Amino acid sequence: MSEADQKGRTPAVFEAEGLQTLVETLARKGYQVIGPMVRDKAIIYAELESDRDLPAGWTDVQDGGTYRLEKRQDEALFGYVVGPHSWKQFLHPPKARLCQAKRKGDCFEPRGEDREIPKQAFLGVRACELAAIAVQDRVLLQGVYTDPVYQARREKVALVAVNCTRAGGTCFCASMGTGPRVTSGYDLALTEVLEDGKHYFVTQAGTELGEEILNEIPHREAGEKEKQTAEGLVAKASGEMGRTLEAEGVHDLLMANLEHKRWDEAARRCLTCGNCTLVCPTCFCTTVEDSTDLTGEQAERWRRWDSCFTLDFSYIHGGSVRPSGRARYRQWMTHKLATWHDQFGTSGCVGCGRCITWCPVGIDITEEARAIRETGVSQAAPSGKEISRANP
Amino acid sequence: MQTLEPILAEHPFFKNLDPKILQVITGCATNVVFKAGEFIFREEGDAQEFYLIRKGQVALEIYAPGRGPITLQTLHDGNILGWSWLVPPYQWHFDARAVEETRAIALNGRCLRTKCEECHELGYELMKRFAFVVTQRIEALTLQLLDIYGDHRS
Amino acid sequence: MATTAVKEKSIPPVLASEPMHPRPFKVLKNQPETHDTFTLELEPAEGPREFRFAPGQFNMLYVYGFGEVPISISGNPAEPGILVHTVRGVGSVTRALERLKRGELVGVRGPFGTSWPVKEAQGNDLVIVAGGIGLAPLRPAMVQALAERDKYGKIVLLYGARTPDDLLFVRELEQWRSRLDLEILVTVDRALGAWRGNVGVVTTLFPRASYDPFHALALVCGPEVMMRFVILELQKRGTPPERIYLSMERNMKCGIGLCGHCQIGPTFVCKEGPVYRFNRVKDLFGKREL
Repeated sequence: MSEADQKGRTPAVFEAEGLQTLVETLARKGYQVIGPMVRDKAIIYAELESDRDLPAGWTDVQDGGTYRLEKRQDEALFGYVVGPHSWKQFLHPPKARLCQAKRKGDCFEPRGEDREIPKQAFLGVRACELAAIAVQDRVLLQGVYTDPVYQARREKVALVAVNCTRAGGTCFCASMGTGPRVTSGYDLALTEVLEDGKHYFVTQAGTELGEEILNEIPHREAGEKEKQTAEGLVAKASGEMGRTLEAEGVHDLLMANLEHKRWDEAARRCLTCGNCTLVCPTCFCTTVEDSTDLTGEQAERWRRWDSCFTLDFSYIHGGSVRPSGRARYRQWMTHKLATWHDQFGTSGCVGCGRCITWCPVGIDITEEARAIRETGVSQAAPSGKEISRANP
Repeated sequence: MQTLEPILAEHPFFKNLDPKILQVITGCATNVVFKAGEFIFREEGDAQEFYLIRKGQVALEIYAPGRGPITLQTLHDGNILGWSWLVPPYQWHFDARAVEETRAIALNGRCLRTKCEECHELGYELMKRFAFVVTQRIEALTLQLLDIYGDHRS
Repeated sequence: MATTAVKEKSIPPVLASEPMHPRPFKVLKNQPETHDTFTLELEPAEGPREFRFAPGQFNMLYVYGFGEVPISISGNPAEPGILVHTVRGVGSVTRALERLKRGELVGVRGPFGTSWPVKEAQGNDLVIVAGGIGLAPLRPAMVQALAERDKYGKIVLLYGARTPDDLLFVRELEQWRSRLDLEILVTVDRALGAWRGNVGVVTTLFPRASYDPFHALALVCGPEVMMRFVILELQKRGTPPERIYLSMERNMKCGIGLCGHCQIGPTFVCKEGPVYRFNRVKDLFGKREL
C-alpha cells in the first residue's frame, strides 16, 4: 500500500475521528453499514449506527476450541482479527426464498421472486475475508449457472478493508498467500496506527467509489514515515501467525493419502457438528426445501445453508454415501484443500483459522495437514494404493 | 466309429489339455441328448456324471412348496453342468432341466475319480479347471444374491 | 462493484434466467411398467412447445407440496414435443409422481447434465448394458442410434433385471428383438419356473454377445455394483476404459452445480456427469465413502 496503484491513487491519512465521517458518508450514500461489534462476548458483524459501535479497545485471544475477548491497553478500533461471523451471511444468506407456487385447482401456478436487495457496505473486511469473497465469486458467479441471490447482493456491496496489524492465535493467512496485507478487491483499505498519542488511519482507495468516500473525509497525503509505520505493523502481523500450513503440494498430498490412519484419529474426535462449515467463509453448500403452508394453498421453495457433515447430505436411496464421520471429515478437508483446486483453480481455504477456533474439540486443519505430510506417502502409487514395503 | 476325443478337445473346458490326458478321459465320456423339458438330474439323485454342454439351454432349479420351481441360473453352450460328482456324498442339490433340446457330453464320475487316483496329473488338471468354473459361478451367484436391483430401504 | 460472470458453455435462455424455478408441465399419460415403476408422458403447460434434450440428461421433477427429485429422461430425443420420464416409486416424491393423473401438473427444471456420446460409436459396434431402472436413461441412446442404423456396426443390448416381472419396456424390447439388425439379450436374477429365458447376472450374457470389443463403444447404466462388474467384464474382453461410458448417481438438490451435494471427489455429478467416460472416474470408483 506504500506505492501508488495503477490508477495513480496514493495513500492518504485521516485522523481517527474521520472514521465516523466514513460511516456517515456511507449511510448518506444509501448503504446499510455492517461492521464489527461486541455482542455475547464475541466480536460479530452487525449493522453499525456510528463508530462508537465498534469494539474500541478490545482484542481476541484464540486457540483450538477457544475464543475470548480481552481488553487492550489502547483504544484501537480494529485491534482484533476475525470472529465467528464472516461476510458470507450477507452475500450468501443462510436462508433465501427462491420461488413460490399457488395452488389452482389440480394445478399450481408458479411465481417468481421480487428480490428486495439491501445495499450494504462492509466495514472492517480483513485480507483473508477479501480472499474468501473472491473464492465465492469464482464458485457462485463464474460457473455455467450463476447464483442470482449472491449476484444481486455482490453487485451492490461496498467493501472497506482493514489491514491486520496483529495476527490471531489461529491465523495462517500468510501460509495461504491471502494476507495479512490487503492487495485487491476493495473500495477503500485502512491501516490503523496508534503511537505516541496519535491515532490515525493510513488509507488507500481501490475504486472510484473509494475515492468518492475518501473525498468526504478530511485527509492529507500520507507521509513517508506514516507509510512505513503502517507497513511495519502489517509486516509484524505477517511474522507472528498463530498457525502455519504448508500449502505447496497439499492437493496431491491429500489425494494420495485418502486411507491414511490420521483420518481415523480425526474421526475419533470429530463430532460432525458442522461448526467449521458454518463459520468457514468459503463453504457454500446449500439445500433446497419445498414446503407448503397449512392450508396447502401456497408452496414455497427455500434455499438453506447445508453442511457436508450431515448424514443426509450424501443420501441416495438405500442410505448415505458417507455414513461414517471419518468419511465426512475427510470430505470436508479434502474438498477445502485439494479438490477445490480441481473444481475452481484455487484453494478453498483462506487461512482465517475460524474452523480451528470454533471446533468444540479443537481439531486443527493445519495440524491434520502436517501429520499427513509427515507420515503419509508423497504421491499416489500407480494403483492408487499405498505400497507396503514391510512384506515384499 | 469316430471317438469322442475331437469333440471333447473342442469344448472350452478342455482347452489346452495335453492330448495324452484327454485320451484317458475319453474312456469315461458318452454323447447325450436331452429333449426340451426333460430333467437331466433331480435333487437328491446320485451324482454319477457331470456334463459339458455343447448346445442348448439348461435351467438349474429348486422347488419350493407353494412357490413352484425357482430357476437359480441358466447354463448354455460351453458351460459345465454339475460338480457334486467331485465330493462325497456325490448327491445333486438342485434339479437340472433342459429348457430346449440340449446336446452334451456326459462324463462318468466314478470312472473319472478312479482314473484321477491312478494318474494324479489328470486329477490336477481337472481340479484346476473346476476351481476356475466354481469361482466364476460363485462370483456370479454372489452378485445375484446381492439383489442389486432391489428396493433397498434401511 | 460490478462483476462479470464467465459462462463456460451456453445454456438455453429459458433455463438461464431462473434455473431454480420449476416450469409447469401437464401430464398426458401415466403408464405403469411394473409393480413399482411407471412412465410419465408430459408436455409444456406454457411457454415453448418443445423440450430438447440429449440422451442421458436428466430433469429435476417437482410435485406440488412434496418436493423435487432428479429423474433421467427416457424418451425419444427426436420427438421434443413430448417429455418422457420412467420413474421408480421409492420415496415420497416419486410416489407422489406415481399418483399423478392426466391433466395434473408437474414442475420441470432442466435438462441438466452430460449425455451419452452415441455418435462416437458410428463406424463401430455399440454395446449397451443396462441393469434394472438403468435401461430408462439408455433408451434414448438406443432410439437415437436406431434412427441412423446404417451409421453403426453391430448394436447389442444386454439387459438384466430382478425378475421377469421387473422388465421394463417389454413391448419395445420384443419389437427390437424382432429386428434382424439388433442383438437383444435379457436376463433376470431369479425367476419362477414359467420363465424360459436366461437366469443369472448380466455379465453372464457376455459370452453370447457378438461384437468387436477392441473398437466398440460401451454405454453402461445400473446400480453401481452392477456397473463395476460389467466394466470389469468389458475390459477383460478387450474394451479400453476410453471407450466405456457410464452414468453415475448422487444426491442432487439444485442440479446446477451450486449446492455441493452431488460431489464425488473433484467432480460435480450434475455438471460433469451423470454420463462419464470411465477413465475419468476410474480412481473414484473403487474408493469407499468418497
